[in-house]
Order: sequence, then C-alpha cells, then structure tokens
Amino acid sequence: MKLPEIDLCLIAPEIIVAAFGFFVLLVDVFFSKRENKAYLGWISLVGIFFAGALAVTQAGSVKSGFEGMFISDGYALFFRITFLIIAFLTVLISMGYTQREGIAFGEYYALILFATLGMMLMAAGTHLVIIFLGLETMSISIYILAGMMREDKRSVEAALKYFLLGAFATGFLLYGIALIYGATGSLYLKDVASYIASKNLLRNPMLLMSLVFLTIGFGFKIASVPFHMWTPDVYEGAPTSITAFMATGVKAAGFSALVRVFFSALPGFRPDWTSIMWLIAVATMTVGNIVAISQSNIKRMLAYSSIAHAGYILVAFVAGNDLGVSGILFYLMAYAFMNIGAFTCVILLGKKGEENTLIRDYAGIGFKYPLLSAAMTIFLLSMAGIPPLGGFMAKFYVFSAAVKEKFYWLAILGVLNSAVSVYYYLRVTVLMYFREPEREITGLQFSPAAVAALVLAVIGTLYMGIFPSNVLSFAQKSIAGLM
Amino acid sequence: MFEYVWLIPLFPAIGFVLNGFLGRRLGKGFVSWVGPSAIGLSFLTAIFIFFELIGRPPAERHFEKVIFDWVVSGNFRTVIGYQIDPLSILMALVVTGVSFFIHIYSVGYMHDDPGYPRYFTYLNLFVFMMLNLILANNFLLMFVGWEGVGLCSYLLIGFWFEKDSASNAGKKAFVVNRVGDFGFILGMFLLFTSLGKHGIWTLDFTEVFANANKLDPATVTTITILLFIGACGKSAQIPLYVWLPDAMEGPTPVSSLIHAATMVTAGVYMVARCNVLYSMAPVSMAIVAIVGVATAIYTASIGFCQTDIKKVLAYSTISQLGYMFLGVGVGAYSAGIFHLMTHAFFKGLLFLGAGSVMHALSGELDMRKMGALRKKIPITFWTFFIATLAIAGIPGLSGFFSKDEILWQAFSSSHGHFLLWLVAAVAAGMTAFYMFRALFMTFFGQSRVDPHVAHHIHESPKIMTVPLMILAFLSIVGGYVGVPHVLGGANHVHEFLAPVVGGGAELGKAHAGISLLSQAWASSGEAGGHSAALELLMMVISVVIALIGIGIAYLFYIKNPALPKLLAERWRGLYRLVYNKYYVDELYEILFINSLKSLGTGLWRGFDDFVIDGTVNGIAYLIGWLSGSIRRVQTGLVQNYAFAMILGGVIIAGYYLIRGIFY
Amino acid sequence: MWVVPAIPPALFLVLSGILFTIGVIGALTRRNAIVVFMCIELMLNSVNLSFITFSRFLRSMDGVLFAFFVIAVAAAEAAVGLAIFVMLYRSRETINVDEINLLKW
Repeated sequence: MKLPEIDLCLIAPEIIVAAFGFFVLLVDVFFSKRENKAYLGWISLVGIFFAGALAVTQAGSVKSGFEGMFISDGYALFFRITFLIIAFLTVLISMGYTQREGIAFGEYYALILFATLGMMLMAAGTHLVIIFLGLETMSISIYILAGMMREDKRSVEAALKYFLLGAFATGFLLYGIALIYGATGSLYLKDVASYIASKNLLRNPMLLMSLVFLTIGFGFKIASVPFHMWTPDVYEGAPTSITAFMATGVKAAGFSALVRVFFSALPGFRPDWTSIMWLIAVATMTVGNIVAISQSNIKRMLAYSSIAHAGYILVAFVAGNDLGVSGILFYLMAYAFMNIGAFTCVILLGKKGEENTLIRDYAGIGFKYPLLSAAMTIFLLSMAGIPPLGGFMAKFYVFSAAVKEKFYWLAILGVLNSAVSVYYYLRVTVLMYFREPEREITGLQFSPAAVAALVLAVIGTLYMGIFPSNVLSFAQKSIAGLM
Repeated sequence: MFEYVWLIPLFPAIGFVLNGFLGRRLGKGFVSWVGPSAIGLSFLTAIFIFFELIGRPPAERHFEKVIFDWVVSGNFRTVIGYQIDPLSILMALVVTGVSFFIHIYSVGYMHDDPGYPRYFTYLNLFVFMMLNLILANNFLLMFVGWEGVGLCSYLLIGFWFEKDSASNAGKKAFVVNRVGDFGFILGMFLLFTSLGKHGIWTLDFTEVFANANKLDPATVTTITILLFIGACGKSAQIPLYVWLPDAMEGPTPVSSLIHAATMVTAGVYMVARCNVLYSMAPVSMAIVAIVGVATAIYTASIGFCQTDIKKVLAYSTISQLGYMFLGVGVGAYSAGIFHLMTHAFFKGLLFLGAGSVMHALSGELDMRKMGALRKKIPITFWTFFIATLAIAGIPGLSGFFSKDEILWQAFSSSHGHFLLWLVAAVAAGMTAFYMFRALFMTFFGQSRVDPHVAHHIHESPKIMTVPLMILAFLSIVGGYVGVPHVLGGANHVHEFLAPVVGGGAELGKAHAGISLLSQAWASSGEAGGHSAALELLMMVISVVIALIGIGIAYLFYIKNPALPKLLAERWRGLYRLVYNKYYVDELYEILFINSLKSLGTGLWRGFDDFVIDGTVNGIAYLIGWLSGSIRRVQTGLVQNYAFAMILGGVIIAGYYLIRGIFY
Repeated sequence: MWVVPAIPPALFLVLSGILFTIGVIGALTRRNAIVVFMCIELMLNSVNLSFITFSRFLRSMDGVLFAFFVIAVAAAEAAVGLAIFVMLYRSRETINVDEINLLKW
C-alpha cells in the first residue's frame, strides 16, 4: 500500500494562518491580565503578512496535492491574496474598535484568522469535502464573531439569525453534495465533470436537484435574492469591523467556491444554471438597490448595497466568459477595498456608547472631518461606479463581459440599477457636504491603525480605478485552466 | 531623462492634491509655496527634457512613454502614455513656463481673497490637465485633458460665484464649449471606426497618422472638420467665440493663463498635432484658414470700441487665435505654433499688466476712467508698452517675427491666397490701432481716474512686477528663435518642429491632386517660387500697415481726443453696431437660446408635464413605494427568511422541472 | 439460517428525503430556537444517511468519510449554537424565534 504523499509546502500559507491563530490564542492565555489586546492584532498582522508572502512565492506554478484534493493554482493564489488583504485590513480596523466597544478578546483575532483559513481552503479545494470544511470553518468562526458584543441585544440577535440560517443553508448545500456524489460516485470536481460528460447525465434529475440545492447553499453565502434576507439584519447587528469582514470576505469566499464548483464540476449544466442565475442576478441587483434607498441606518444601507453588488458580480457569472470570470475576481478585489474603506469610515465616526450609524448623523461632517469625509466620498462614489475609481472599472468589466456574450438586457438592467444606486450613495455625500449638522459630533478618537487601513483602502480603490489593467491581467492569468 | 516625462504632469497633480486637501488647513503660506513650486518643478523637468531632445539628431526626436494600460477591451487597447517630440515639448515649455510666472504673480494678486487655497487648487489642476492634453500620445487621453481644462476654465471663470455675472459667464463658457466638444467626440469616433474598418483599432497618434493614408479623402475631410469644430469651441473661433469675452469675469491671472496663453491655444495645437490628417484634406484646411482670418479681422474690429480693458484684450486674443488658425490652415504649422508661443508671452503679459492696473485702481476696468498712469505705475507701463509693441508687430520684437511668418505663408504657401494675406494684413493694422488705443487711454493723456481712487494709486508689489518683467523680456527676445531666412536668421523653430509637422506646404502638395478645389485654391503657385525680395517687400508693407494703425491711434487718443467721439457721432449706426459687438450675443439669444427656450417651454407644457414629469415622478414614486414595501418583507423573523429561501429553491426546482418537461 | 432480506437502497434514500423534509418543515414552524436547531440537525443527519447509502451502493468510502466530517462539523455547530442560545436567553429571557425581531426592515 502506498502512503499518500503529503506536500506541506503546498498549503504553507494556510498552515501559517492556522498556526498564528493558535499562537494568538496561546499568547492570550499567558498574558490574559493585559487589558489592551492590540498586540494580538499586530501578531495576527505578522502572520497574515507571512502567509501572503508565502502565497506570492507560489505564483506562477500550478501544483496539486493531497491526492488531488487541494490545488495551488492561479485562481487559488488570487483569492488567497484577496482574503489576506481583507483579513489584514479587518485586523487593522479592529484594533481600536474592539478596545472601544469592549470586545477586545484574544479569540477575536484568532477567529478572524481561522475564518480566513476557511476562505482560503474554499478557494483552493478541488474536492467537495475540502470546500465544505473550508466553508464551515469560515462560517462557525463568523457565527461567533457576529455575536461578539455579548451585552448588545442586536449583536446577539444577529448571531442567532446568522447561525440558524447558516446551518439551514448548510443542510441544503450538503444535500446537494450528497446528490452529486450519488449520481457520479465522486467528490472530485474534475471527475464529476468528466463522469457527467462521459455518461451524458445532463437530464439526470438527481443532478438537477443538486444544482438547486447548491444554488441555495452558495446563494446564501453570497447574499443573493431570495437567500439574502439575513444580510441586512446581520450586517446591522454585528460589530462593524466584522460586518466589513463578512461583506467582503465571506462574499468573496462564496463566489470563489461557487465559480470553482459550477465551472469545473458542472460546466455541462451551464444552459440550465445560466437562466436561473440571470433571474437571480437581476432580482439581487434590483432588490438590493431599491430597498437601500429607504434605509436610515448606514450599516443597513451598506448591507443592501452589498446585496446589489452581489447581483453585479452575478452578471459576470452569467456571462461566464474569460472576461466575466476575471471580472468577478477583479470586482471582488475592488469591492474589498471600497467596502472595507466605507465601513472603516463608519467605525471612525463612532465613539464609545455612541455609534453614529444613522445616515443623518453624517450631515455636515464634510468640513469638520475633511479627510474622513473625502475618503468616504471616494468609497461611495466608487461603489456607485463613478470613474476613475475601482468600482467603475469593476462594473465596466462585468457589464462588458455580459455584452460580449450578448446578454444585452442583463447589461442594460445592470446599468439602470447602477443609476438607481447613485441616488443613495450620493445622498450620503450630499448630506456630508451640503447640510448643516443636526447635532455636533465631537471627541472622535481616530485609532492610527484604522487610519492606516483607510489610507490603504483609498490607495487600493484609486489604484484599481486608474491602473486597472495590472490587476485585470493578473486576474486573467489566474483563471487560466479553470474552465 | 525621457523616462521621467511623467514627472511633468505629476508635479501639478501633487500640487492639486496637497492644496485641495491640506490647503485650507495649513493656510496661505503653505499654498503659496506648493502652488508655484509644483509648476516650477515641472517647468524644470521640461527644460531638462528639452535640452536632451535637442541633443539628439532631428530624426530621433520622438519618444513615447507608456505609463500603464488604461482601457483594455478585446482588441482595443488604450494606454495612459506621454510622448515627447518637438511639438509637445515646445508646448510643455510654454505652458509650464508661462504658468509658473502667472502662479507667482497670483500669489500677490490673489493675496487677500478668501478663496486663496481653492484658487491654487483649481490652477494646479488646470496645469495638470493642460499637460495631459499636450503630452498625450493618443486621442483619448488628449480628450481627457481637453475636457479637464474645460472644467477648470468653468470653475475659474465662476471663481467668484457669488456674482451672478461670473457664474453665468462660467455656464456660458461651459455650454458653448460643449457644442465644440461634441464635434471633437464625433470626429474622434469617426476616426476610430473608419480606421477600424481597415482592422486598425487604435487612437494612438503614431499609429493613426501612420495609417492615415488608408482613409479616403471624404472621410478625412469630415473627420478634420469635426475636429475643427471642437477647436472652434475651445479656441473661441467664429461662430463659437462668444464665451471668451464673458470669461473675463474670472480673476485676471486666470484670464491671462487660461484664456490667453494656454487653454485657448489648445485648438491650434490639436490642428498642428493632426497635421497629417489636415494635409490630406485641403478643403478642411481652407475652412480653417478662412475661419481663422475672418475671426481675426472681425474681432479686431470689435476691439475698436470696447472700453473695458480686459474685453479689449479678450477680443484681441480671439483675433490672434484667428491668426494662428490662419497659419495652420495654410499649412504653415510651425508658424502657427511659433505665433502661439510668442502670443503666450505678450498676451499673458498684457493681461497681467491689466491686472496690475486694476490692482492699482482698486479693481477699475473701464478705460474711460483711467489715463495718465504712465508715471504712477512705471513698471506696469513699460512692460505693457513692450507687449503692445510686440502684438502690433513692430520689428525687433517677438510678435513681428511670428506674425510676419504667418502673413508670408498666407501669401506664398500652396494653400495660401493673396486675399488671405490682404485681410490678415489689414487685421494686423487694426490690431496695432486698438492696442495702442488701449495703451494711450490707460497710460497717457489726462487722468480721468475717480478721485476716490486716485490718491492711493500704487505700483504693484515685487511678486507681481517681477513676472511682468520676465514676460516682457521674453516678449522681446522670444521671437529670435524664429528669425526668417530672408532676414539672415536661421528660423530655428521651423527646423525644430519640422520632424513633427513636416514641410507643411510640401506635404499638402503631395495630396494636391485629391481635390479640384485645392488646385483652384493654390493660386499663388509654388512656395519656393517667390523671391526673397518679395518676402521683404511684404514684410515692409505689413510694418507700414501696423505703423499706420499706431499713427491713427496716436491721432485719435493723444493728439486730438475729441476726434473719436466726433467720428462716433458721424457714423452712429456703425459705431453702435460695433460697440455692441455686432449684436451677435443678441442674435444667438434670439436664434438659439430663445427659440430653444420656447421650444423647451412648448415641450415642457405639452410633453414634459404630462409624459416626462409623469414618468420621472412616477418612477421616483414607484421606486420609493417599492422600496418601502419590499422593505416590509424583511420582518425580522428568522423563519420568514428561511421560508423565502425555500420558496426560492422551489421556484428554481420548478423551473428545471418545466424545462425538463418541455425540452 | 434465516437471512435478513436485503433492503433496496432506494428505500434508504426515500427515508433520507423524508427526514430532510421533516427537518425543513420543523425549522420553518417550530418556535423554540433549540427545537429549530434540532430540526436543522435532523436535516444534516438525513444527508448523512444519504451519504452512507451512496457509499455502500457505490462501494466507495468517500461518502462514509464525508458523513464523519459532517458529524464533526455538526458538533462544532451545536457547541456554538448552544452558546448563542444561552447568550440570547441572558439578554432577552426568551429563545422563541418569533419574538426576536429587533432588527428588521
């Protein structure tokens, strides 16, 4: 009997992230007396940085290991880097915020690292067990993170809702996987695809049913209509830093697995899922944008906006060509910068016992906090898709992909939706600069780490808008061999 | 050094960011340093690059630096890239140099304005955009700069937006420019698609011009005319010149920089840049030349009767731009650019001088309330005097060489014509007249200054007068780089620009057979066929005409100040016509604005109220209502959410089921 | 010797489907959060049953292994879930999901 070969180098970035997660837990136990836990954040940053550096060294090579269950290809690399950037920014914005809100537990950073580990596994798994385990590692960590503010009823409620619905969605995802397994006898994505092609199982009811269940399971994670309803509640209730993490990281991870599974395991069913995803994309964009208009809480508004963004990304998913899939990657990266940036602004505008998350709290801060407002304006305009910001290029690629595949109506509906979205994004900007404040917001303390995150996010947003081709060519190289 | 061409636009961009974000916070001292030094640094960079460029043999004086890919989609690729060649570097030198002095001047001029940081923010942004326009290596980036300078112009004309007239002038400039830009965009698209038909999807200058011979003459003619409409808007030519006089509502240094020295010359630059295309389209060139010369004489005549010193200068600017278009229109691209350069010096100086006069007289603009300022503000007077001599075309100053080059080419080039020369020469005489009129009314004669103002007339501070002196120096010597051969000079400018704009006339000849019109047009025969004696004779004639203009001005405004009034009474109708700028604004008002307005009102009453408003309000209402009601679906109860998920799943499953049955 | 007649695998799958449906319906209708969670656990376990059936039917161990992983994950979820319920009870004094709608609209 041959022992399975184990190539630990292949998962070195994952190992580093996991090891630093445990290390943070351990250090916290030894120094449990210390009130200020920011040093744990710095340790996490070091770990994330190392993991990123290791991931970059693997660039250019495609290696599969662990009996073909895990692959380190360009696609995995792109997502690893995206997740690590997201984690890096999240940790940066968390250090001041957790201290302020009294949730500075050592576990906080460890859980962020574990969730990141889960995301990385999701993007790099080529076997459904790995993808499932990655997804659950991520989800369970985030259930806890969402309820971190134990004293806050809303945070607890958010955790409950996310947990119950998450477990519910997991049930469907699992059933979908079981049906695939039953129909094809394999859990390897490539084998599933080749078995379906060779036996011509395109009318197999079990596989079609599994398609439905997988759509529910992944649709939940990426917050697409009608599996989106948890999003606003959870985003509103969860600690803001975690909201940022969820809106960017979980969504990106959901897409990474969705694209990998659908394009490598079920390419034969593309005509089937294209029309469903078309509908879901339109519904997601429309519901997200329309309901965002009548929101009064900025976190909730951003939650609906994140639903809408999932819809835009689904447009590229429907298009499904090279430009579309690389557009998804580009979009997720750009979205990570602008969305974390926006949530950072939300965090910075609050203080202890006074979150200031109502949209009308933003009235008149434009001249009081010019840099903060300028940054917020950049992020909002980017999300609205105004050139020359990252969000614009992202939408440009996504919609051009749809046009290229002759999904004209989809592109038109997408552009119309973008136009609607300008309304609620600009409303905040207008409030900031052209309205008198209703009440004075004073005594804000800007944590230097969060400001650093803000600067990085601004740079990222501008970079992706002005120099889009670098990232796009990276994304285009990344998807080679995926389809 | 070429590799660092991106530094030239980068410095103003940094200045813009710093002033924009920190200017208000860090105060005037900071802004005063950052604003001018950003431009100074890019001026220095331009100088270094210039010297490296002239160190190379003429054939190798071309360099492109691609900063990054900008838009990549399918087989179309556009880069953000800058190119260095004699034309662009000359423009960059003029723009950064003149901007630099005007920035310094502005530090003094705008010192007490509350919008000081905002002013420098806009100004730096303007220079950044202008440099993008000039250095761009493709049409798209050029267009970005083109729109960008338009935006800055709008912002700066309306800088004192509290004044209604200023914000209206800004709007007018913006709207008129849009008309031109429409032409530019159409021209650009047409160029893009018609080259695309040959499989060349590009907007890169080098590639476009290399492949221009693939286009058929009619297409090129259409493209160039469309592009020229854009140039008319930006460079204030007939019939789109009406915004420029109103643009004088902005701060005077802005008028000097944007509305005299740099932005308004963008149209000339664009035509010169596209010389390959224009040389292929003799009809377009004829149109350019005729519009140019008509603008030159027409606005010069308006200059006769203006009493507002800045308005005189504004009409004079339009008139001089007309000369430049005449130059490029007859294929003398280098002459046009040469005049652009000298004009930047002396017209910039004239505006700054006017600003200095305003500064001395607490903001007075009306020349009827000036006079005898010669002794009181001597530096301003002498520099203004030099600039006036230069613009009048007095031999020895820069304006003489450049204007004469254009006049000679208008006469002798294969695209030229005797009539073009005649009109232009008369316009030159008129220029001399109204410029000296302005000079005499302002600095000579009896003082008509308001007594309240009179006692604190003072010379401007050094920070304003030094730029005046530097520009005066340039106005004198600036012409010596282009002394024509007939005067024993080497005409360096012409040779320097030759690699880009070619022999101009010769290129035109190669395509002369394309159109019958061009043959009819090329009346005066071969360019080389004229003797040096003829060229000298022409030169003397134009000087004489200029001197006649000056003489009349002297007679009217020094010798016998009552005479103009008498004449005005005698020919009251004519006077009033000219005084009111031929009622063109009113004509436009009736033709376009009112008719559009009444059309608009009609549409608004009939159509808009019911259909559009109904639809828009309806949509807004519908979305609001939808937003409110879809929101209610979100009950907050977990099980409803789970139910929605199940429902979604059932719908998808149902879809697959139906699909399975029917396919 | 009395031999147990082989039960056709389809019956296991049907049972799994029935259990899953019961789980879904329970999760949608029960009020108590713990019962809702138990219903979700029932869904997971019905999937396990499917996995093991397929595994046996296909003569591959993958399904059985997957079932083990699901059990492990379900245990972890249960731990987190119960902690959340405790926390919820502390702040609200109820764990009825139909009373928890502070966050809505």
